[in-house]
Amino acid sequence: MSILDKILGRDEEPADGDGPKNEAAGYTLKIRRYDPESGETAFWHEYDVDIAPERSVLDGILYAKDHEDASIGIRCSCRAAICGSCGVRINGKSALACNTRISDAQAKAGRGKPIVVEPMGNMPVLKDLIVDMDAVHWKKIQRVVPWLLPDGEPPEREYIVPAESMIDVTQSMACIQCGVCVSACLSLEVDPEFVGPAALAKAYRFVGDPRDGQTEERLRDLAEDPHGMYDCTHCFACIEVCPKDVAPMDQIMRLRRRATGDYEIKDKNNGYGHGKAFVDMIENWGTLHEAQMLPRSFGDGSMIKGQTEPGAVKQLVEALPTAIRGLKSGKVTPKAVLFHPKLPDQDNVRKIYKAIESQGERLELNLYIVADNSADEEGAMAEGTKEGLA
Amino acid sequence: MKLAYWPGCVSRGFTPELHGSMALVAPKLGLELVELDRASCCGAGVIAEHNQELADTLNARTFALAQGVDGAAGMMNICSTCQGAQSECQERLDADSGYRDHINGTLSDQGLTYEKSGEWWNKNFMWLLVEEIGLDKLAAKVVRPLEGLRIAPFYGCYIVRPTHRLGFEAHPNRHKYLDHLIEILGAESVSYAGSHKCCGFPVITMNRATSLRQAGRHLADAIDAGADCLVTPCPLCHLNLDMQQPDAAKFVERDLDVPVLHLPQMVGLALGLEPKELGMDKHVVKTKDVQVKVAEVAAA
Ligand code: SF4
Ligand code: SF4
Ligand code: FES
Repeated sequence: MSILDKILGRDEEPADGDGPKNEAAGYTLKIRRYDPESGETAFWHEYDVDIAPERSVLDGILYAKDHEDASIGIRCSCRAAICGSCGVRINGKSALACNTRISDAQAKAGRGKPIVVEPMGNMPVLKDLIVDMDAVHWKKIQRVVPWLLPDGEPPEREYIVPAESMIDVTQSMACIQCGVCVSACLSLEVDPEFVGPAALAKAYRFVGDPRDGQTEERLRDLAEDPHGMYDCTHCFACIEVCPKDVAPMDQIMRLRRRATGDYEIKDKNNGYGHGKAFVDMIENWGTLHEAQMLPRSFGDGSMIKGQTEPGAVKQLVEALPTAIRGLKSGKVTPKAVLFHPKLPDQDNVRKIYKAIESQGERLELNLYIVADNSADEEGAMAEGTKEGLA
Repeated sequence: MKLAYWPGCVSRGFTPELHGSMALVAPKLGLELVELDRASCCGAGVIAEHNQELADTLNARTFALAQGVDGAAGMMNICSTCQGAQSECQERLDADSGYRDHINGTLSDQGLTYEKSGEWWNKNFMWLLVEEIGLDKLAAKVVRPLEGLRIAPFYGCYIVRPTHRLGFEAHPNRHKYLDHLIEILGAESVSYAGSHKCCGFPVITMNRATSLRQAGRHLADAIDAGADCLVTPCPLCHLNLDMQQPDAAKFVERDLDVPVLHLPQMVGLALGLEPKELGMDKHVVKTKDVQVKVAEVAAA
């Protein structure tokens, strides 16, 4: 057996076709059990379940409950990815148990290996597969004031808004509050205070709502909070796992776009400064001038402010050891710190900036709304893809 | 194989050893690299965060320049963040012809057009090694198997998520390529919790604690799993894992001191290049122990 065959798994038993098709088939679920009242630590237990391949992992768990141990704790109701109560981790990936086919889970686990089912991450476990959503998820949702705050006297009847103006928030409205993104979030893993993907997506639902009167206040609040919109590390984990394509990270980026582009909120977390520094540098040079990144970021995007304002200078001094290490290791030369070449045709890059700025509005192609037209190639841009400027 | 080559900003800025090692490895693999010296930064997601159309236009320009390289099989990058940011722009450009025409309109006075094509591709070096060169061909070129080295793969985010955008339907094993490469080059791949997690770099200026706790935790996990070093296809991950490592150690309150290699450096070592030419002396965390182990193999 060559090492290549081994790496590519060619040494494994040949498959019987693609495994069992329609009749009931055998799967093994390895479930993490924990009961705080027992006084015992968590443990793993394997359950054999005989269900058809097209059934869900939730069906598998319920089978184990019915046939082997009725005490297995799992929350569920709709069994159709609507109620949002059956979030778990399957082979390490956060997902709805009712929305994951057991044969797909088996394929991910690998042939002959058990399907590993654990409670969601980033939330305390109450029992077995049930986590404390109140302690984390719902608390964070509350944090962003998840209701409309309209200005002025309420109208006599309902608020009337043109349908097009709500398109922008339809994606965030699709959320079923399952907490699967919260479970997967890699910033939350190291910073439990992070407001998190679900709550920030919810925040955008109101920031983007034309009836809300507190848009700027909401943005300022989440921009200034050290655990707010600038604490998301852009890891795509929430986009990857969300069963409803809410793409929470994209909603967070839209919050940032509004905060910096529309309201110029110069937050103390350097979110505004970092974005502005980056965008301006590419306009100047075409490529990143890393040595100017920090001073510009700390100075709301300005090099001068970054080297003179007390707050900015303090942060620069804190970052100094890193810069010195870079110089000492020989990877960064003093010349490179001081001088950064422009692209040979930087004028063409500038032209693009000018052309787009002169449009006076930001164009956003949201594939959730316009869908992928690549197949029919008709594709005129759908109405409502233009993010209005406030 | 001739390639339009986009090295990215960081590989020519704060991690010049990456650009340098790629230049040495390419001829050994029969790759002819035509550098896109007029192309601009991919935006690293930050320009798109500010203005999506701006990022899409800048990258459409880069793609158009790459498509203009005569005889090139495709475009190659050596930065996961470039891969992720560019794939995101390409997804939008390819999804809607109206949008694409609009973007191409902005580029028209430069004589450039991005053509949507099922044939054309933009691949990170990691994908290219497995899919275009092939593990068996690579194995045949190994002159110094990295035996005895225990290497922890660090994939980072941009090259593994979201899977629907990053071609996992056609290439379902893309999240395992680093492991495959480590093993085909003769080393042992170390499995640990952080291999597909975030290095924290994107928030280093916004929340230093969140950022360096992430880097520190993954480095510590790799050390505890017995790694001699890590390897990454992303220079931004390298900045947080190597350049910031002494500070990351403070945030996780323990010693770290584990070297981090760039992917072309690891490949270069196995192809017989010397650590010094691969810029391994230009790391913040010293690579001496790795160099000693590699030298032992050569002597044996
Ligand atoms: S992209 Fe941001 S919000 Fe989403 S999982 Fe990652 S850190 Fe959390
Ligand atoms: S954003 Fe998606 S994953 Fe997160 S709570 Fe809502 S539906 Fe669930
Ligand atoms: S049971 Fe309702 S979402 Fe799974």
